[in-house]
Amino acid sequence: MKSSANPIKRVYLYLEEWFNLSFGKEWNPLYHLGPLTIFFFWIALISGLYLYIFFNTTVEHAHASLEKIVHGHVLGIGSLMRSLHRYASDAAIVTILLHVFREFSQDRYRGTRWYSWFTGIPTLWMVVLLGITGYWMVWDELALYISMSASHLLDALPVFSDSMARNFLPGNLSDRFSTLLAFLHLLGQPMFLVFMLWFHVKRLTHVEISAPKGLAIGCLIALTALSIYMPALSHAPVNLSKVPTEIHLDWFYLNIFPLLQYWSPGEIWLLVAGVTTFMLFMPWLPKKNEGLPAVVNLEHCNGCGQCVFDCPFDAISLQARTDGAKWKSEVIVHPELCAACGICTGSCPSSTPFRKKKEGGSLKTGIDMPELTLDTFKQQTDEVLGKLTGDNKIVAFGCKHGYDIEAFSAANVGTVHLFCTGMMPASLAEYALKNGADGVVVSGCRSGDCYYRFGNHWMDLRIHGERQPALRPRVDRERIKILGGAEVDGKKLHQQFALFHDSLAQKNTTPSPTTAKEVNHD
Amino acid sequence: MTKIPAVRYLLQAFNLFVFMALIAAFSAGPSVRQLDDGLAVITLAFGHAGQPVRACHVRTPDELAALAPNMRAPMDCPRERSTIKVELEMDGKIILDLTIPPPGAFKDQGVDVYQNVEVPVGRHEFTVRMNDNALVDGYTYTDSYTVDLAPAQLLFIDFNQRIGGFTFN
Ligand code: HEM
Ligand code: SF4
Ligand code: SF4
Repeated sequence: MKSSANPIKRVYLYLEEWFNLSFGKEWNPLYHLGPLTIFFFWIALISGLYLYIFFNTTVEHAHASLEKIVHGHVLGIGSLMRSLHRYASDAAIVTILLHVFREFSQDRYRGTRWYSWFTGIPTLWMVVLLGITGYWMVWDELALYISMSASHLLDALPVFSDSMARNFLPGNLSDRFSTLLAFLHLLGQPMFLVFMLWFHVKRLTHVEISAPKGLAIGCLIALTALSIYMPALSHAPVNLSKVPTEIHLDWFYLNIFPLLQYWSPGEIWLLVAGVTTFMLFMPWLPKKNEGLPAVVNLEHCNGCGQCVFDCPFDAISLQARTDGAKWKSEVIVHPELCAACGICTGSCPSSTPFRKKKEGGSLKTGIDMPELTLDTFKQQTDEVLGKLTGDNKIVAFGCKHGYDIEAFSAANVGTVHLFCTGMMPASLAEYALKNGADGVVVSGCRSGDCYYRFGNHWMDLRIHGERQPALRPRVDRERIKILGGAEVDGKKLHQQFALFHDSLAQKNTTPSPTTAKEVNHD
Repeated sequence: MTKIPAVRYLLQAFNLFVFMALIAAFSAGPSVRQLDDGLAVITLAFGHAGQPVRACHVRTPDELAALAPNMRAPMDCPRERSTIKVELEMDGKIILDLTIPPPGAFKDQGVDVYQNVEVPVGRHEFTVRMNDNALVDGYTYTDSYTVDLAPAQLLFIDFNQRIGGFTFN
């Protein structure tokens, strides 16, 4: 098991910790980068619609009509809308890049997740193209700069036989082109983007579309303040007999064009194609071996659908019963979608360690992981329980993506390793407590940030009795401690662990009424 | 929900401030300079197909008989176009000299020219010459223009077949 995170992951983890400190995990922007990006798209859409009402898309009138919006509307509403439109679009690039950084640094782009990564890249390009056509429509000097640069780039492709660049010279500029631009920016590209985003998240379940209200409001206030403090401005109107000398570039969208001063169009295309190809193939560099997919045991499945609902990767579906049993439905696993997280084992009501096995048989459940079956980790729990000595015996269940629980092991602390804490049936905590443990620790990824999206969240809810299959109410929650932390959180976790240990010691010396209300939880 | 301490709001404001500062820093700058002071730009840009490399030739009855029946066109015209040679002169000095063979597998397509030259501002005489016909020695088109170039001015030189020469814009 890895002991220290690689430097890139470390940077990410410290950033995440900083945001947890500032925003709390509910509002941590790093946990909501997708929905936050979508929120910025919403701002851009609404401000864009406002602009569109008053905007004239022809080459001749575009600039003047925008100037009128910016300077002529009451209370500076026009200027505000225009600035929000620009700055929200820029903000979206920042959140998209952070999103890419997060998925990459946390290794959440390989294996079955190749699909989200792969579809994300053309989506990002589409966003950039949308920004480029946006700046182009203004027909100011910046737009002319884009025209010339883009046409040089396009002319280098063997696709167009006529020179595009000549279209942007005096007398050649046509409104056919500005109409095409307006169509692309106002309708074609946004619609395509929505379609691509739908594709992007197609293989995920419970996708969060709306950012948390507080975070969204904070961002809107900040963007509004920036818009008032530094309103977005146009360059001088396009003048075809003058070269735009100084261009104030939006580097979030137009960063490719200045390269033309140094490189030939061919070299730039090579760079773009190279970077794109490399990124597209990153999920296989090297390939990630997810492990064997989940397997359904029909004799133990009643078709309740809980695993279908809980699977983060849409890898299980319900279908009509095929084995003649009295139940209506059964489930099947789609192996190519399965990330082998084991969360489904934790969600199956049949997964209970209290079940009687058949003579010489093994403990079975409705859906199981071939490489770590319920039977195996229940046996491991039994072994650990058998070996614990001393006071305040603790069984720690941990996942391989969070902090390594091996660091807690001691004579009175034993460890059981799972794929994800969501793999653990809540009843296993009760089982451990009934069979010799004084306390149970469940230690997974940082709260709010599960490697398998929802594992620690579902587990938490099950233990709190808020999600099926839930831990029975009578189990003393004070004897269960949920920890969450990454490789770099050792110090904090050990402190929390020690506190829990002490609280168990106190509990054991002063027997108190066993009806506890709350699970120990930070 | 747990109560959010005031200091957390301050931290949030700080983070959002950094976020906005990042946007402010890169949404309209740093600017790029396209052209140094004291320069103007001449753009020579046009599309033109050169003349056929040979004159057409009327086939003799013997030649026609030698061809397959569906190929017996009375005229034999070459598909191949002449190479285009263009030269731009400023105040008697050559500043651009291009030789562009016709593209295409059969060398039968038009040529696209797009060239920018940066020149000092001030009064200059420009002369463009072009040869588009392999059968002619020297130049088939020559045009001159004198202009007082302002800083960052763009002088666009186009070729217009209908007018039969170069235009200066
Ligand atoms: C263009 C704007 C984008 C938006 C709005 C967006 C949005 C989202 C959303 C909402 C999710 C689901 C997150 C969740 O609920 O757990 C997601 C997942 C993902 N995205 Fe994006 N995305 C964008 C671009 C990209 C790009 C450019 C990449 C990478 C090149 C990327 C890579 C991924 C990956 C790998 C996942 C899967 C994460 C997981 O399985 O936990 N996305 N995206
Ligand atoms: S192991 Fe995980 S990804 Fe695979 S089916 Fe079960 S819940 Fe879904
Ligand atoms: S949770 Fe278990 S019983 Fe329910 S459908 Fe899934 S495998 Fe079957």
